[in-house]
Amino acid sequence: MTGLPDSPRRKDPTRRTRQPVTPPGNRSREGYGLAAMAAAGRFALQCCASCGHVHYPPRQVCERCLGDRLEWRDVGTGGTLLAETTVRHANDLYFRERLPWSLGLVAADAGPSIVAHLGEGCARGGRVTMSLQIDRAGNAVVVAAPENGAPADDPRLRELVFDPANRRALIVDGATGLGRSLAEALLSAGAREVFAGFARPWIRSPDLAALRATERVTLYPLDVTDTDSVERLAALIGDKVEILVNNSAHVRVGGAVDRRDFNITRQEMEIHYHGLMRLAGYFGPVMRARGADGPWGAVAWVNLFSAWALANNPVMGTYSASQAAALSLSHCLRAELATGGIRVVNVFAGPLDDEWHQLVPPPKLTPAGVAARVVSGLRRGLEDIAVGAVAEEIVQRLAENPKEIERAIRR
Amino acid sequence: MDADTGGGRLAALLSGIVTGAIRVVDLTVTLDRRTPTIVLPPELGQTWPFRIEEISRYDMRGPATYWNNFSCGEHTGTHFDAPIHWISGRDLPDNATDTIPPHLFFAGACVIDCSGDAASDPDYLLTVERVEAWEERHGRIPARSWLLMRTDWSLRADPVAFLNLGEEGAHTPGPHPDLVTWLIEERDVIGFGSEAVGTDAGQAPHFAVPFPCHHHMHGTNRFGLPGLCNLDKLPPQGALLITPPLKIRQGSGSPLRVLALVEED
Repeated sequence: MTGLPDSPRRKDPTRRTRQPVTPPGNRSREGYGLAAMAAAGRFALQCCASCGHVHYPPRQVCERCLGDRLEWRDVGTGGTLLAETTVRHANDLYFRERLPWSLGLVAADAGPSIVAHLGEGCARGGRVTMSLQIDRAGNAVVVAAPENGAPADDPRLRELVFDPANRRALIVDGATGLGRSLAEALLSAGAREVFAGFARPWIRSPDLAALRATERVTLYPLDVTDTDSVERLAALIGDKVEILVNNSAHVRVGGAVDRRDFNITRQEMEIHYHGLMRLAGYFGPVMRARGADGPWGAVAWVNLFSAWALANNPVMGTYSASQAAALSLSHCLRAELATGGIRVVNVFAGPLDDEWHQLVPPPKLTPAGVAARVVSGLRRGLEDIAVGAVAEEIVQRLAENPKEIERAIRR
Repeated sequence: MDADTGGGRLAALLSGIVTGAIRVVDLTVTLDRRTPTIVLPPELGQTWPFRIEEISRYDMRGPATYWNNFSCGEHTGTHFDAPIHWISGRDLPDNATDTIPPHLFFAGACVIDCSGDAASDPDYLLTVERVEAWEERHGRIPARSWLLMRTDWSLRADPVAFLNLGEEGAHTPGPHPDLVTWLIEERDVIGFGSEAVGTDAGQAPHFAVPFPCHHHMHGTNRFGLPGLCNLDKLPPQGALLITPPLKIRQGSGSPLRVLALVEED
């Protein structure tokens, strides 16, 4: 009993579009540790390095032994629902619009008792599975659902994930294998329509040709180096894009010292950094305004970055740097779109098995593999997605010792 | 024309333009974000396409002012190829946009209509025989004048059709290699102009001397004028072309406004 219509209806032009509101609040510095775990889809809690006690909510020191070394460790997601309640009145605008709202107290198998949002079908005394999710304000919340239960399309919990089903997505570059795979994966996930851009119509692309012949796909000229082109497409379809996937990329080899070619570096910045700027400037405002536009309103902005955005690979040094510039800009975008409840999802992928990585030794990623991870990440509500062994290792080693990974890459 | 008074010639020219006895024809395409530039393998250096960013438009960035920043390669749209553009012309004197003597930016034009040939064969090459036949009808090409190849290629508004790229490169018309050397040695032209993205044919990379129009014209300190339009509005002989490129230091060329003066009958 979800109360959702079967499929999106056309907009009623006489009604004011509902404005996005976000759930309350700031968290403590320790609390944002949970957000980091939720962003990567982990269910990790603080564990005391001295006595092993597991904490929720996050603390500065161990509540049992006062030890100050609390480490984030993945713990079991199971638990038993001790108590549940339904909130029927709230002064907070976000919850007020979504009443009634179910909350419960879960005795986690890992130890602590956790206040969680309850999905449909949770019964007192019953077993539940918990996950850490990021809410529309960007904060981590715990969600409990019945163990072994079918995932219900709960309209409230739907806000925590970005199901492509029934939504319309823009793939910025449809003329690449990755663009095609992204479009196909989103369509398989139930996307209502895919808009795919292409920058240079004279470049023959089998992937674009395949998309042209695919149902529910429409191709549009879109060149992120050209402000006019971005503005025109935003004027045409900007108010229909619920998921924007920026997969534009310009992969070139070269570093800072031995290649005095500023044309290439400028083009890298034009596509990666200014391209994101242009998309943000023309698609961002209308997406942010449509964050609450019905059950299938605008939800997510996905950036496909190279893993080298996180740590510079000197072989592709300027490429890495322009990716890092775009990554920094994406954090600005994330903050600006958050007020509309739009999530910015950053994907960090290792080298693709394409013509620009011909000489890179394996492991290399297939476009379909990356696309599958993007879609599953959207469905799980992730914020940062590392795809492939290279990206996963960089993320892990950056957390441990940034200097080590900086030096390891150059070897 | 009053030949007795020193100022008479320019006054007559001006009077002709003002009264319409001399028609001014604009042979220039509009510079636009969709203006195609030459397509090269992506691992090579690339020319920038034409791009424009607004500085202000009577708004908070400049309440009284509308203006833009633009960027593009030297060889974008209707443009001038200077001899220094090609390796064969790199050591010649006065071979760059800033050093070419300015009187060379005024020259007569001979226009050969190849539009029918190009319509049936996009790889059409203009030959010596064809030019000689043209001379039979319209007179010998005067020394130091432009030879302009009309193909109506500029009417191809779709960039895909304009570039006409196949898997084996571009298919666009241009001069036959023998014509290039003949125009230099036998007619002493000032340069060669065309409507396509370059002065050479699309398949010219595969000729015995690749890009012969670039190689030989620039190697003998002559010019190129690709990307022209409105050639159908010129007479076969008699038009005066005005072709000053931007004065870029050591410039290999530049987009320019090409104007033709045509005496009405």
